[in-house]
Amino acid sequence: MNAIDYVVFLGAILSIACYGAWRTRDRRTFNTYLRGQGKLGWFSIGLSVMATQASAVTFLSTPGQGYASGLGFVQIYFGMPIALVIIAAVFVPIYRRLNVYTAYEYLGKRFDRKTRLLGTAIFLLQRGLGAGITLYAPSIVLSTVMHWRLDVTIICSGVVVIAYTTSGGSDAVSYTQRQQIAVIFAGMFAALAVLWSKLPADLNITDTLSLAGGFGKLRAVDYSFDPHNRYTFWSGVLGATFLMLAYFGADQSQVQRYISGESVRESRLGLMFNAIFKIPMQVFILSLGVLMFVFYLFETPPIYFNQVAWEHEASEGDTEQFRSLESEFAAAHGQQRQNLERWIAARHETDEQKESEARQAAQAGQARLDTIRDEAKRIVNLRTPTNEADYVFISFVLKYLPHGLIGLLVAAFISAALSSKAAELSALASTTTVDIYRHVIAPSASDNHCLLASKAFTVAWGVGSIVFALTVGMAENLIQAVNIVGSLFYPVMLGLFLIGFFLPYVGATAAFLGALLAQALVLGHYFLAVQYPEIGFSYLWYNLIGSVACMVFSLILQPLFPPSSSLVDSQSAAS
Amino acid sequence: MPDPELGNPSEPNDNATGLPVLTSWPAVYGFVLVAFSVWVVLLTVLSRAFL
Repeated sequence: MNAIDYVVFLGAILSIACYGAWRTRDRRTFNTYLRGQGKLGWFSIGLSVMATQASAVTFLSTPGQGYASGLGFVQIYFGMPIALVIIAAVFVPIYRRLNVYTAYEYLGKRFDRKTRLLGTAIFLLQRGLGAGITLYAPSIVLSTVMHWRLDVTIICSGVVVIAYTTSGGSDAVSYTQRQQIAVIFAGMFAALAVLWSKLPADLNITDTLSLAGGFGKLRAVDYSFDPHNRYTFWSGVLGATFLMLAYFGADQSQVQRYISGESVRESRLGLMFNAIFKIPMQVFILSLGVLMFVFYLFETPPIYFNQVAWEHEASEGDTEQFRSLESEFAAAHGQQRQNLERWIAARHETDEQKESEARQAAQAGQARLDTIRDEAKRIVNLRTPTNEADYVFISFVLKYLPHGLIGLLVAAFISAALSSKAAELSALASTTTVDIYRHVIAPSASDNHCLLASKAFTVAWGVGSIVFALTVGMAENLIQAVNIVGSLFYPVMLGLFLIGFFLPYVGATAAFLGALLAQALVLGHYFLAVQYPEIGFSYLWYNLIGSVACMVFSLILQPLFPPSSSLVDSQSAAS
Repeated sequence: MPDPELGNPSEPNDNATGLPVLTSWPAVYGFVLVAFSVWVVLLTVLSRAFL
């Protein structure tokens, strides 16, 4: 990055943060701080929901995922339109009618105090653990490739997001997200334009698609019913629907985004905006990776995209082995390029026999390149485990984009980190204030007192996440572990909400015990599958199994517990 | 905190979608699910056309 890049990058990040703080400077009541002024229209809500979900890792890693595995990852979003329709039809009107600050207040009104605290605890555990990672994960990638100090990167981005979130509350999050998502898409479209312009001139669009398809990168939908296969049509439509129901319907970081709308109509339309545009958006981001794959068929890629780790390991280990692998890779890539040129020429001549032969030779050549890259990955990961997919896009950006656009793309990555972090901080603070502090510790506290408490909790969660990221030496496999912990607890939290909405005859105690049993089932299976991998399945299925188990257990247990008065209240609340 | 049973007194009429053609919420939800189906069909065609 040069001076122009830093001007673009810092200008974009700081001006958005200042705008958010200035625009929301008059949010001085507890209600407006937590829920905003209630003036957000559907477009702002839609962008805010989108920006909250799309973290920096989405924009850093997803193109890398497209590069490595093609479009198949998009199937995880197949459950989203279905889930958002259910949430718009059922969840939104209830949250709005009950006039809640947090989703967990609903559990208290529908069931009882202990169920509300269980939902709150699951959310705080999950989001609290994730809080350190939201900043750490992009920071480690950006600091590695740009030689920034990791601690300075984490502290600076953390302080910016704490400042404007504490200043303006929920509305500051929504207003800044609107600008941040504009920066993100400007950056991604600029990258697409540059990438397209760098493809060989004689390569037309069908050639590009044929090359990508020939190497399996366009296999977007897999209808096989293999529970071990993580991304299939069925795991997307069945498992991911429950994951998305949990995330959008029961996770306060999203619920807070759409309950701050002007009306039920605006909230619903904001969700429908995401239901329609999320899949094409993900296809677009993955397509960047697929195009990068085609680009690197003609341009020699690094043997390992995290070049800093590669060079470090080369200097520490058997340097000769590293250089020999590099030479072998370059020679194999040169040979592969000839295969591809023959393939394209045969296509242009419409000679099917020659095309088929050239295509087979290219596929064999690609398999050879993959073998060499796998060996490179193996020797680097022996001592420095890294997720190489995170480095594919950023290394392209730094090497091939012109100055100015590099700054814009880095601003896009940081904007994505800040937008999801701000929503997370705001949700953690509002849940801590409403469901713990005001509900358990200081029930008679005034609104002004709670406003101050909420600001203090925003700062506390923000500082806590910075300290966590700085002090815990997180390896990238630890980041994955934290994400797995999240997916193990989400299903039961969703189960409680589904019981509340759809099983009006189930009371508080049966729901609470059903949730505990379902949680034991999910955790039991997970730990058993660690020992016996043959009984394991994709984590997406936990969402379906955990939430359905929660409902079934509570139905079985309900006859053991007589109806309570809360049940009567809940029926009127949920109807 | 406001009484939940009173609801939000300033809530406008939420039955109207305010959209042309899609004037009821079931119609909006149906449109979203049709759009989703179209995406899946297009992606399936893409998967199979360039094997």
